[in-house]
Amino acid sequence: MSKISHTADQYRRKFLTGIAGAAAAITIAPGVLLRQVEAAPKAADAAVTDSVRWGMLVITSKLTDGGDKVVQACKKEHGWGDEKHSSTEQQTQWVRKVKVTEKLTKHSFELPVMCQHCETAPCEDVCPTGASFKRADGIVLVDKHLCIGCRYCMMACPYKARSLVHEALQDQKAYSPRGMGTVESCNMCVHRVDEGKKPACVEAEPQAMIFGDLNDADSDISKTLQKFGGKQIRADLGLNTGVRYHGI
Amino acid sequence: MNTKIVFQEVKSNGVGYWGLLGFLGLFILAGAIAFFTAEHSGHYITGMNNQIVWGLPHVFAIGLVVAASGALNIGSMGTVFGKHIYQPLGRLSGLLAMALLMGGLIVLVLDLGRADRLIVAMTSYNFKSIFAWNIILYNGFMLLVGLYIWTMIDPKMKFLYKIAGSAAFIWRLLLTLGTGSIFGFIVARQFYDAAIMAPLFIVLSFAVGLAMFNLVLMAAYTGTKRPIGDVLINKLRYLLAVFIGGVFLLELARHLTNLYATEHHGIEAFILMGDNIYSTLFWWVQIGVGTVLPLFLIFCSRLKNNRKAFVAASVFVIVGAFAQLYVILIGGQAYPLVLFPNAEVSSSFFDGMVNSYQPSMLELALGLGGMALSLAIVTVAVKVLRFLPVSLADKVVDPHHCKS
Repeated sequence: MSKISHTADQYRRKFLTGIAGAAAAITIAPGVLLRQVEAAPKAADAAVTDSVRWGMLVITSKLTDGGDKVVQACKKEHGWGDEKHSSTEQQTQWVRKVKVTEKLTKHSFELPVMCQHCETAPCEDVCPTGASFKRADGIVLVDKHLCIGCRYCMMACPYKARSLVHEALQDQKAYSPRGMGTVESCNMCVHRVDEGKKPACVEAEPQAMIFGDLNDADSDISKTLQKFGGKQIRADLGLNTGVRYHGI
Repeated sequence: MNTKIVFQEVKSNGVGYWGLLGFLGLFILAGAIAFFTAEHSGHYITGMNNQIVWGLPHVFAIGLVVAASGALNIGSMGTVFGKHIYQPLGRLSGLLAMALLMGGLIVLVLDLGRADRLIVAMTSYNFKSIFAWNIILYNGFMLLVGLYIWTMIDPKMKFLYKIAGSAAFIWRLLLTLGTGSIFGFIVARQFYDAAIMAPLFIVLSFAVGLAMFNLVLMAAYTGTKRPIGDVLINKLRYLLAVFIGGVFLLELARHLTNLYATEHHGIEAFILMGDNIYSTLFWWVQIGVGTVLPLFLIFCSRLKNNRKAFVAASVFVIVGAFAQLYVILIGGQAYPLVLFPNAEVSSSFFDGMVNSYQPSMLELALGLGGMALSLAIVTVAVKVLRFLPVSLADKVVDPHHCKS
């Protein structure tokens, strides 16, 4: 009898544990499970959702060369910046290394500056045709079929992150189409992100750059930002940028 | 509307008329060549770049668009505000407004990186963009001013005269408000981002539009040997002075407001006291040639009733207005974006540096081509339709004045 009772107790305990686990999973896990799915490669015909907001954190003190590798990785990935006919001022530049020296203290630091993937992007606001747009997951892009080359977005961008292609281009990357007379900027390597990979610049400086989901409190980027903080360039504009910096 | 006024097409078939059209045609041709060359090669053959993204074509385009709405003022004052002396000029005022807008828009459109995608701009709208609203405002302006002219020319449409004139007047205010807001809404740049840009552009349009109108009027009446009296010219002369004063006042307020805010000290020092073309243009051309000189020509008692001084004042106002637009457009972009206040910045993309801009002949040709197109439209229109009164002599435009 006691043996039977003990077995029943064990069974009851297992059952209750199972129920509790299931309840916990239902309560906590949906987001986790969902995010796990989102982080995985996205099917080409699957819609992008706002359950994630992709972002990048740049820890300037850990950059090996202030951002040169970031620039080179981006150039290699997208093939910009070596236009044959364009002058230096006309060359496209999706990301550049900026050296900052405070006038009073002479404190100096370097950082890569690219499209900051603003939540309320001025480029998106001013674009007459809607070619400048923000994907539901926070990545700011240019629809090359809608861009008429008016350059109003370039006037409006506080980060000088956009370039007009001033000449006809050859040998483009199939995954990163560009076109004469249209505007372009960092697209957070959207082709890689959709395949579940990290942007090329993050892979070039993995110790200094973290890519991830800002909506997910458990992601590396969110945890690091929560613990150490991260600043926005021109935070006064209230654009809630997707690119944050530590050490500026 | 004054019914005694007789309107007649320009009958001239002489060398002067066709010579003028041919002269304007050369500029239009040069503008067309400039467009096709840039369209084929890309913008690398222009002086514009990824630092100065809007250049001389935009100075011309915005200048012409602003002048377009201002040119309508003469008509509006006759129709909306009941100033009878201006009523005979309503038709020409509407025509010049439409022609200038066409000239300005053609420059704007042909400078696009993808001018071939004009249809996209007309069919795909982002209604949060003031640029998109401007496209609607430009089209609406054309329609309303076209209707306004129709009500003046066709007696059957006279019942709509006041309504069409009033609607066109309100629309023109909105249009210039929209043009000024293109800059007012740019939060990124130190020299723009200010609500005062909208009223500034409205008053600027009054001045430059009237100056253009004065020149076209004088050219038309001198060329066709039709009489034009001092009463009308003096009205236009003093009206121009009021508008010059208005522009100066708002420009003064804009700079003083900027000078009060520490964040704008850098750009103000750059524009007002810099060792650069923008300070030269501001003080010598915008203020000197475009403000002080025309006011002197208008108010100097020795030059009263002097038509050459009147014409010169109008020319100088236009020169000053274009200099002002150049300073706002190019100067505002030449000054580096402030990424980190109170810090020196440098990069391979010209951060922290004053950006240089050398306008190319192509850009000048495109801009002048647009201006020539506007004038050619007026030249052809006054020959085929009754836009110009046969006489603008004092006794015709203001019999009451003559009696007294």
